[in-house]
Amino acid sequence: MGMTIAEKILARAAGLRTVAAGDVLEPVVDLTMSHENSALVINQLEEIFSGTGKEMRVWDPEKIAIIFDHRVPAETAKTATNQKKIREFVLQQGITKFHDIRGDEGGICHQVLPESGYVRPGMVVVGADSHTSTHGALGAMAVGVGATEMAAVWALGRMLNVEVPATIKVVADGEFRPGVGAKDLILYLIGMISAEGANFRVIEFHGRAIKHMRTSGRLAICNMSVEAGATCGIVPSDEETARYLREEACVADRIDSVLPDADAAYDELMEIDVTRLDPQVAKPHTVDNVAPVGEVEGVKVDQIVVGSCTNGRLDDLEAAAAILRGKKVAKGTRMLIFPASWRIWTEAARQGYLADLAAAGAVIMNPGCGCCLGVHQGALGDGEVALATTNRNFQGRMGNPNAFVYLASPVTAAVSALTGRITDPRKVGFLSLPADASGGD
Amino acid sequence: MTRVVLRLGDDVSTDAIYPGRFMATVLPGETPRHCFADVPEFGRKLRDGEIGSGSVIVAGRNFGTGSSREQAASCLKGWDLVVIANSYSRIFLQNAVNLGLRLVVCPGIEASEGDELEITQEAVVNKTMDKTFPVQPLPASRQAIVDAGGLITYVRKRLMEDAAR
Repeated sequence: MGMTIAEKILARAAGLRTVAAGDVLEPVVDLTMSHENSALVINQLEEIFSGTGKEMRVWDPEKIAIIFDHRVPAETAKTATNQKKIREFVLQQGITKFHDIRGDEGGICHQVLPESGYVRPGMVVVGADSHTSTHGALGAMAVGVGATEMAAVWALGRMLNVEVPATIKVVADGEFRPGVGAKDLILYLIGMISAEGANFRVIEFHGRAIKHMRTSGRLAICNMSVEAGATCGIVPSDEETARYLREEACVADRIDSVLPDADAAYDELMEIDVTRLDPQVAKPHTVDNVAPVGEVEGVKVDQIVVGSCTNGRLDDLEAAAAILRGKKVAKGTRMLIFPASWRIWTEAARQGYLADLAAAGAVIMNPGCGCCLGVHQGALGDGEVALATTNRNFQGRMGNPNAFVYLASPVTAAVSALTGRITDPRKVGFLSLPADASGGD
Repeated sequence: MTRVVLRLGDDVSTDAIYPGRFMATVLPGETPRHCFADVPEFGRKLRDGEIGSGSVIVAGRNFGTGSSREQAASCLKGWDLVVIANSYSRIFLQNAVNLGLRLVVCPGIEASEGDELEITQEAVVNKTMDKTFPVQPLPASRQAIVDAGGLITYVRKRLMEDAAR
């Protein structure tokens, strides 16, 4: 029996010829990622080394990426002190892939890693953040873990007691209709299989809709795979992956590819015809509470959020700017834009997208996670409603347990900003784009 | 014998267990004070010492969904609570195993707040209802970490073995 992508990656990383779902391995890790929670990871690493008589050293300072993004610039003295502690650790250990609060190389970890060329097809990436699943968009196996497990990897360079997950094969065929794209596909899938539909399993994405999708859309899909419980989402690497790595991540060296065997053993097969897909919206307070936009049309929105690690990429900002250019955000509605990284911020400024969005009344924020998780700017008032391109709408998520968060694509969010109500972007006059830029090629 | 102190439904997120706005607090000694901060009555009882050590939270499917924040496991562990749920989200389950938070996977559990339970390796007995519900054991790969007393001790041992090689 052949192997899935995840099985091939894990077999290589464990030094085995073949593995199958259910095997228990100790795969070596190619890259780790953590953010401000590195403060806790450091604490746990100290615990691991205490009493061993050994000097505390990470296994390989060149394979550890640390990015400040959750609360930047620091919102409290406590955060600033945590960040200071992490900076000292970075210096002490000689960690090279460190992205501080900087306008040239900073940003949200799930954009900084791909755009810096740190992630390649076939890698094992372990991140102390659930949305580490994002990096499967480049053909890697990228797994989110907690801080103590991250500390274990920092100490040993491998994961312990990993059970090889089974893989779900999702085949998305057809062509997106105008106004529909990658975000709608992943919301639809999560709604279909539920928040635990892929728990302890990998989702491998295939089909013409994926093949024709740009990396920005693939990153959004893999990002949200974890919202169906998936250990990770993986897109088989192809010409688009190579294009992204060469053109957008400036990778010059060899790019290997890891593809599934023709007779790979999948746990389940799911087929979706995206041609039939409507724009999708996840309703409060779970990500799998998904409906076609028509079902929630007219809901009054107090805050629109476009950006984040899910949909803050250049294509997303371009789509939003195209819709809002020369128009105005509705009175009584505020709109916040969070580019996914400073590199994207800079390019969006150069292209005029940020100026267009600001002229329409949107507020351009600095790249960061704070709004989405309710820790830093963009909090909601009691009873308020947000429509966001982010990835979670749990109660309390945007800083207030008495508020309501809906999730949608950048196109749906931008069109709804014009009306101040959740609006079907396919309504006449809203779309000048051929298709959702985050999905179409 | 122990008692159910909180009954929750499906898909309890780590945001519900440990709200994002307290995430700058990371140390296991400090996280318990924010445990279920947005469930005011239960949170207050915890902080006022009205909830005894070993008390039980019973929940439905996919407990701990969402963020990988380890605070969600450490804050429960800090109060020495036990969680019984139909199923758990992957990262939360692993965090709990790593930190030594006591979890019971019990796909058929029926219980209400106030019920008296007896928990064994094989089953949860609801004394109040006089019903027994079988427990699903953890896979051996995770049980090994529990048996070692958590991931820190497990890794420390491996680190010394690696050095001795």
